[in-house]
Amino acid sequence: MLTFIGRRVLSSVIVLLGATFIVYMLLSVALDPLEDLYASSAPNKEQLIESRIRALNLDTPAPIRYLLWLQGAGGCLIGQCDLGSSWVTGQPVINLLSSAIPSTLQLITMSTFLAIGLGITVGIASALRQYTGFDYGVTFMSFVLYSLPSFWVAVLLKLWGAIGFNDFLADPTFSTPAIIGLSVVGGLIWQAVVGGAVRRRAITFAIAAAATAAALAFISISGWLLDPSLGPVTIGLIGVAVAFGVTALTAGLRNRKALYSALTVVALGLALYYPLQFAFQYATFWLIFGMGLACVLSGLIVGFLFGGPDRAQSMRGAAITAVVVGVFIFIDRLMGVWYAYSNSGRISGRPIATIGSQTPGFGGNDFWVLTLDTFTHLLLPTIALILISFASYTRYSRASLLEVMNQDYIRTARAKGLPERVVTVRHAFRNALIPLATIVPLDIAALFGGAIITERIFAWSGMGSLFLHSLEARDANPVMGYFIVVGTMLVLANIIVDFVYAALDPRIRVNA
Amino acid sequence: MTTPTPIAPQPGDHHDLVENTENAIELKEVEGLSQGRIVLRRFVRHRGAMIAAIVLLGIVVLATTSIGWGPIPGWWKHTPQDMSPIANPRGAPTLSFSGGLVVGEHPFGQDNIGQDTFARVMRGTQQSLLVMVIIGALATTIGIVMGALAGFFRGHLDNVLMRLTDMVITIPVVMIGAILGFWVGGASPVTLAVALSLVTWTSMARLVRGEFLSLREREFVDAARVAGASSFRIMFKHMLPNAIGVIIVNTTLLMAAAILLETALSFLGFGIRYPDVSLGQLINEYQTAFATRPWLFWWPGLFIVSIALCVNFIGDGLRDAFDPRQRRIPSKRKMAKG
Repeated sequence: MLTFIGRRVLSSVIVLLGATFIVYMLLSVALDPLEDLYASSAPNKEQLIESRIRALNLDTPAPIRYLLWLQGAGGCLIGQCDLGSSWVTGQPVINLLSSAIPSTLQLITMSTFLAIGLGITVGIASALRQYTGFDYGVTFMSFVLYSLPSFWVAVLLKLWGAIGFNDFLADPTFSTPAIIGLSVVGGLIWQAVVGGAVRRRAITFAIAAAATAAALAFISISGWLLDPSLGPVTIGLIGVAVAFGVTALTAGLRNRKALYSALTVVALGLALYYPLQFAFQYATFWLIFGMGLACVLSGLIVGFLFGGPDRAQSMRGAAITAVVVGVFIFIDRLMGVWYAYSNSGRISGRPIATIGSQTPGFGGNDFWVLTLDTFTHLLLPTIALILISFASYTRYSRASLLEVMNQDYIRTARAKGLPERVVTVRHAFRNALIPLATIVPLDIAALFGGAIITERIFAWSGMGSLFLHSLEARDANPVMGYFIVVGTMLVLANIIVDFVYAALDPRIRVNA
Repeated sequence: MTTPTPIAPQPGDHHDLVENTENAIELKEVEGLSQGRIVLRRFVRHRGAMIAAIVLLGIVVLATTSIGWGPIPGWWKHTPQDMSPIANPRGAPTLSFSGGLVVGEHPFGQDNIGQDTFARVMRGTQQSLLVMVIIGALATTIGIVMGALAGFFRGHLDNVLMRLTDMVITIPVVMIGAILGFWVGGASPVTLAVALSLVTWTSMARLVRGEFLSLREREFVDAARVAGASSFRIMFKHMLPNAIGVIIVNTTLLMAAAILLETALSFLGFGIRYPDVSLGQLINEYQTAFATRPWLFWWPGLFIVSIALCVNFIGDGLRDAFDPRQRRIPSKRKMAKG
């Protein structure tokens, strides 16, 4: 095992060294830092060129400059990083990176989680309904999403998602034909997802369409979008639905203890609704984070107290329910500042932002308003990123679940009389996730490079922008800094993938 | 494609009863046909892929004949560069479907200086298709050679070639594409395509290597060697045709990715640049005009999506055609009828 790790790390280091050398040489050929001086008409042109050559050490051959750069970069291993500095702005590359990385992380974190979650859910649903209209629909959609150029989508989102929606907010009412149309579409989607015989489909369609119509009519008449809120009653209803849903998936509704523990958590959340509003006044990031942990813990404790023969199931179900209820209470509080936010001077009724990561010069230090401001800025880039990566997760999870469902042990599980839920969730789903576990680390590592195009269009100053700006400024050091981060991440992710695979799939042996 | 390879059951394949009966039907259908014929027949039956192939052919014909290619003149009255008086207010498209199809003077509209959008989009489509095809051909060739050498000879050569592949994979494609585009920027689309081919061959190399590693253990390779065939003859005459399925499917995926890469780079300003036209460059040029002249933005995007979608669908059809394991199972309703 140790030999394996050693060899793996060694070969990764060699690969990384080779890759940095390739990029460095390419940059030294592609970027000419003297170009602007050759074109200049300054009287002391020769002198300027001379001094820049000396400053950038251009007399030295590129391979030797690479070694010098490597020496500085190698210092990172002993805590003395020197990745050089940008010759245009004079800033050390380390500083540039340390401001760009958090920004990129902020941009990609939510979109990655949402894309993985949504993609797997839709892929699983599509696999379980193989060769139905829904499956074909999802397959077609994922092909379309694969083929969409990200820059085109992003500009469209800016136009429709931001400008269109902001215009709509001036008078947020739906016309009757719009309500009817949307309800029919909603009903059609739901009946396709739920499936079953004609009668069941008809009932699903009717319920879903009626619910959509009622919700839209309510939103339209009450002007909900201008001053949205959920309130304890809605949260309670959502909570109960979530409790039933989560229990049905994780433990089965037959398991009364699991159901009761999930419902208890919902009741607990509702009971704490008003006290929490008070605590929210003093909200900081860490307080909210702690509350999230408290949600998980309380769920686990409630599940544990209910006991029964299968404690773990109750605990898991209750913890998931608790987190969902907590998220809704959080959203409810956030909605509380929506009206004040969207009508404040800087925003003036156009809340969905198209560029940047925060409203410039937006005063105030209220946690909720600032969070909402971040969310409105994150919304469009997040949607753009989800649209791009969602399709591949759907395809992967669908394919891998279909493959697993055809295995012999699934038939064995069915033959011994296990309910279909247990077969799908416990036996098939877990194994279907193994191939995905090998893709996700690589995707996350790739995203560290920033979504170059998305960042450019939404003027997000993360890693992608750093790269593009430096390249355009013929500034090689920041580009190298950018690459060393992305490359290291990718190489690390590759090593992690190897171990994850060996850990998850006992058939794979790690041999030295 | 016309290699007559008998379909022998693979050792180690385990079929259950259902699959066996289905295979029996399938085998009866394709009895006595060459592999190429079987694949063609399955492909033609794939409705989505056939529609995609026809649409793509239509786009290619439209793009090449309308404004002509190189010295050959086309039938369209405008060229991408000439400026004509603005026909509709703000240069709106004259294409309309009310009261029959009316093409008009400028079906896709005009930009603010009176250039014909149809001609420009056609020119952009030509360039993007050209880049796509060159990348598809060149990257596939490099990938096949790399993968075949590594998989066939194994040992040190395999190690060296695969580490090289790893190095190139470690560099994000958009990043190295942007650097290469910056370098050769403003050069012809052919130069850009060649440069991009040098970084997009990696997945093909890995795939071909895997195929060759398993193929080289098969009996027909031993037979060829005993018969005195040289290594290169075995690799490219005996083994390559057996790997052609995965290669063709991967080539289509590569081409779909290539057109998106080229348009993205051109959009960022590192690909094909003004005054030359590509679909991504058009979107970049006109993105600020979206609010006032949306057609300038719609048409190039629509053509990118159509081309990429068609290529993806063709790839899907080819995969189904080459890989009988993933064959389409008739729906429940059809089963009940039959």
